[in-house]
Amino acid sequence: MTKTAERPAPVRVTPVGAPSPAGDRGRRRLTDQLRAYGFLLGGLVCFALFSWYPAVCAIVIAFQKYTPGSDPEWVGTANFTRVLHDPEFAAAWRNTLTFTLLALLIGFAIPFVLALVLNELRHAKAFFRVVVYLPVMIPPVVSALLWKWFYDPGSGLANEALRFLHLPTSNWSNGTDTALISLVVVATWANMGGTVLIYLAALQSVPGELYEAAELDGAGLLQRIRHVTVPQTRFVILMLMLLQIIATMQVFTEPFVITGGGPENATVTVLYLIYKYAFLYNDFGGACALSVMLLALLGAFSAGYLRLTRSSEEATA
Amino acid sequence: MNSTRTLVSPAVLARPRGRAVYWTVFTGTVVLFALAFLFPVYWMATGAMKSPDEVARTPPTLVPENWSTSGYTDAWDLMQLPTHLWNTVVQAAGAWFFQLVFCTAAAYALSRLRPAFGKLILGGILATLMVPAQALVVPKYLTVADLGLLNDPLAIWLPAVANAFNLYLLKRFFDQLPKDVLEAAEIDGAGKLRTLWSIVLPMSRPVLGVVSIFALVAVWQDFLWPLMVFSDTGKQPISVALVQLSQNIQLTVLIAAMVIASIPMVALFLVFQRHIIAGISAGSTKG
Repeated sequence: MTKTAERPAPVRVTPVGAPSPAGDRGRRRLTDQLRAYGFLLGGLVCFALFSWYPAVCAIVIAFQKYTPGSDPEWVGTANFTRVLHDPEFAAAWRNTLTFTLLALLIGFAIPFVLALVLNELRHAKAFFRVVVYLPVMIPPVVSALLWKWFYDPGSGLANEALRFLHLPTSNWSNGTDTALISLVVVATWANMGGTVLIYLAALQSVPGELYEAAELDGAGLLQRIRHVTVPQTRFVILMLMLLQIIATMQVFTEPFVITGGGPENATVTVLYLIYKYAFLYNDFGGACALSVMLLALLGAFSAGYLRLTRSSEEATA
Repeated sequence: MNSTRTLVSPAVLARPRGRAVYWTVFTGTVVLFALAFLFPVYWMATGAMKSPDEVARTPPTLVPENWSTSGYTDAWDLMQLPTHLWNTVVQAAGAWFFQLVFCTAAAYALSRLRPAFGKLILGGILATLMVPAQALVVPKYLTVADLGLLNDPLAIWLPAVANAFNLYLLKRFFDQLPKDVLEAAEIDGAGKLRTLWSIVLPMSRPVLGVVSIFALVAVWQDFLWPLMVFSDTGKQPISVALVQLSQNIQLTVLIAAMVIASIPMVALFLVFQRHIIAGISAGSTKG
């Protein structure tokens, strides 16, 4: 890096009598700018059309009666009051929040423990990493259909396993009480590979001396986890949690494919309700009002995530 | 790597009792992983080879009595899998191509060409990271409908370009390229496009690989967006077609179709597993 210092500073030679260098530079800057925007154009147009404009659209249409093909009508907050009085609205939010909470308890604790165990194993490392990530590569639609078949009350594997263990059988995704948690199991199975791998990578950056020092101080296994592992990987844990909250609040495929939102609205989620408003009720104003509410909540979580990554970057820099 | 100290000290592992515990935990983990992650996949692949009677039987058979491939051939013909697979390939390949061209060019401009308002544009792009994609799916659908792109693969290709995560990944990689090399190219008289093509891109192979895999997997796995955009059955990708056809088709045929739909991504993963796993692991420390 010090090499650049040895190099002689470039000497700008202005030939005597050269035609006005200032105007020349101005023209150069203009062509530079044109060229830069030429490179930017494709990406810029796509972002404008499919990210920025829809975000504005969502807020505008939330206050309109909107039917494709005819002129939109301003209706004030009518969409919001209509959506708020829909009995499915409360169910959808309750389900989404319960789903997120359960996914955090189950879908976060299991990968966390698995990663801790995998980090201690010195054999078949590649095998474990490939196998745990395999479900992530199976299309979500396929894993949803696969588990729908497992949950089948007649010939499904889930009840077979219970019978094999002489336990009472369950209704799984067909019972009002068990449907939501059945879907959480599917989502956890399908997605935990990424969490395990990321957390595993974080564990490898924990300096070994800390464990040695803790051991010399007489800390047992659980104490070492609590006082060394967790504080050392705090940022990654928080980041993964926020990412998981953001992802599970947008859950759609599992309820749509496995339960269709049933039984008795037990698994209708907010995104599912947005889909229903738009494509079943043809009520785009209501769908956008719901989107704006979801957006506000998720935006807050995302902002937290971005702040965290930024502060962790500063901490490592 | 092997010498790094982890939670359990090597001294404990060397003792006979420690070794016994280690191998018990190891075996337990192997069995758990096999049951939890491999067995469902085995069950799916073999379920498709059972007869319709056998697949509905209780208690189920662990191994098919007669290995029949008619489930797979029926799925291929009855569910028009070639059409849907081809649609998916076209959608994924186009999204990959557009993303690589437009995102790379834009990232290069933002990183090296100092466009006016560059900071503002980058801020606008990064702000979309705060807006989770699914929450905007309805207004995005209305925009695509206004543009007349429904039932057109462009409805997958162009929105795929608006991927702030990939663009930022590329920009950050370009930021870290050594300045000397790029300046040397310019002194040699290479234009911006030439520099990008023959200097920047060859140096960026690792990040281009990661972005390519992310782009392909995202399109292949997506469900809600193609479900909205493709009402025309003949243009639907395999994920949408599977769900639409799952209602009224024999179970063995459906399972076979599920296996076929999974093969491309699982194969891609097995071939590039080292790169993919390294990419995910690196993503954590870099944010």
